[in-house]
Amino acid sequence: MSYKVDDSCKYYKEHQWVRVEDDGTCLIGISDFAQQSLKDVVMVELPEVGDTVTQGEVFTSVESVKAVSDVFSPISGEIAEVNEDLEDAPENVNEDPFGSWLVRVKPSNLDADLANLMSPAEYENFCA
Amino acid sequence: MTQFLNFLGHMEGNKVFKQSKWPKTLIFEKSTPGRIGYQVPELSSEEEKVLEKAKRTISSDLLRENSPNLPEVSELEVVRHFTRLSQMTYGVDSGFYPLGSCTMKYNPKICDTAASMIDAQNIHPYQPEDTIQGSLQIMYELAKWLAELSGMAGVTLQPAAGAHGEYTGIMILRKYHESQNNLAIKNEIIVPDSAHGTNPATVSMCGFKTIVIPSNNDGCVDIDALRSSVTNKTAGMMLTNPNTLGIFEPNIKEITDIIHDVDGLMYYDGANFNAIMGKVRPGDMGFDIVHFNIHKTFATPHGGGGPGAGPVGVVSHLIPFLPVPSVAYNSTSDFYYLNYNHKQTIGKVRSYFGNFSILLRAYTYILRLGQTGLTRVSEMANLNANYMKAQCARIDGFSVPYGENSSCMHEFVLSAKKLYKETEISALDISKYLLDNGLHPPTVYFPLIVPEALMIEPTETEPKEIIDDFIQVIRNISKLAYSGKKEDIQNAPINTSVGRIDDVKAARDPIISYRMLKKQKKN
Repeated sequence: MSYKVDDSCKYYKEHQWVRVEDDGTCLIGISDFAQQSLKDVVMVELPEVGDTVTQGEVFTSVESVKAVSDVFSPISGEIAEVNEDLEDAPENVNEDPFGSWLVRVKPSNLDADLANLMSPAEYENFCA
Repeated sequence: MTQFLNFLGHMEGNKVFKQSKWPKTLIFEKSTPGRIGYQVPELSSEEEKVLEKAKRTISSDLLRENSPNLPEVSELEVVRHFTRLSQMTYGVDSGFYPLGSCTMKYNPKICDTAASMIDAQNIHPYQPEDTIQGSLQIMYELAKWLAELSGMAGVTLQPAAGAHGEYTGIMILRKYHESQNNLAIKNEIIVPDSAHGTNPATVSMCGFKTIVIPSNNDGCVDIDALRSSVTNKTAGMMLTNPNTLGIFEPNIKEITDIIHDVDGLMYYDGANFNAIMGKVRPGDMGFDIVHFNIHKTFATPHGGGGPGAGPVGVVSHLIPFLPVPSVAYNSTSDFYYLNYNHKQTIGKVRSYFGNFSILLRAYTYILRLGQTGLTRVSEMANLNANYMKAQCARIDGFSVPYGENSSCMHEFVLSAKKLYKETEISALDISKYLLDNGLHPPTVYFPLIVPEALMIEPTETEPKEIIDDFIQVIRNISKLAYSGKKEDIQNAPINTSVGRIDDVKAARDPIISYRMLKKQKKN
């Protein structure tokens, strides 16, 4: 078994990724390791736009055939957009974990937050 | 010779086990208008009058206009329908059922016999106390025995299930802090990450905040993490001991002391009580509140929507908070009675006094085994689990990540992580292949801290031959997976009444009633 790691992301230890977009906002999702461990995702609970998220704190949950699991935020900020496609197609998280972002966040402390996260290489080691 | 016998066992599993496959028709779909399976006498004119009078007491907008949509079938059709269903299902009475943390042990038939005695069935909770002295005595004694077994001072039999017991216990905890004028500060309850999901759910239901603490490398409570999480906000801690990994907390006294030092209460989740009877008591470990899953430990039927019971025991200073009524005994007049006189009670948690017929089964079980018998139950449960653990841990592809080198209690968690990594055969595939061999799989993917978890609890009642059959099937799975013959495992189950279920579709698009089914068929 091997796990895909996306080179354009940084990683939090609870298996979430964050990708900084050109406009300065950040996308947050769960990693390939996370989706493989969870197995088939049956529901993604989406938070509200405008909610604040804090690095290392739970901001929503993902339900799979195995269990309901907390999703931690890799950075702090305010939710600018949620991926509503996941409401009807939670399986996207399994099929394309790095494309199926959960939320778009306007970061509030980005540089310091990113410094606390794992690089793709570090995360690959972490999952091994 | 041994090899030959193992071979036979395997053959028996593969060749002989075959579940019935009857058409999956709902009883509603068998309905024929006008067909009946009962006969009731005509009403007398006197009875008609009473009925008319009764009807007038109900306002007309509450009366039914049409008959309820019930299946119209004959007695024979009902009998066949349910007999066929029973042939398509699987239970402890039909085979091995090592469902970890659920203690699916055999329920001796004498317990059912006692509960179906006409004297026990035909009593009513509103009967005068002097006509139900025997039933009250049974409840009084059962409460006393449970208190003795757990080291508690008082027990309520009211809660109707384990989770209901948890709710009752944490409401007692809440009432205690309220009585100390501490409720405004004490709003946190600590729960380990390996706990049952009901624990944090109970905490929320009772208005507290759950503080999850991680397990240490041995799978036990991380004392440093506990110390750093405990503050004056800590109202208590919920703990299962032995824990969900089947490991007895070696620092239990230290843990209960840490919580007591901030005037918190220790709550004992009785899920794993089957491991410790007659050996150690929650009260002696420092617990203040205990719930019993009598369907696990004292051989009453597992829920499935039916009646259950989850008695709760407390230490002496919490007795005033117990639900009302309790069953009391006046030795001067040799009279059992219901005592509603608890001024600080949390109130009622269940109508009447709980589910009496279930309690009667537990009473019978304890009475039959006695103290030495119950102790032996726990000893055998532990012995069986340790034997299985030692055998399974040696099989290629499997490991016991927590407690590999020490003994476990009544259950252990096997990991198929290596097998999955190397052959893509998962814990789910393993469980399906076990089904094909006439064995119920263990709990899978729980606790979450173990990857590809198989949580195995053989219980005390299984003979060695059955346990060896199970171990042999696990060995066969390993052999098949590593020799590239994975299809049998990946295609399993084929010998069961239903094949591999699409649990993703079931979770995303559930159809759980006849009405929903009809709607779906229409579309």
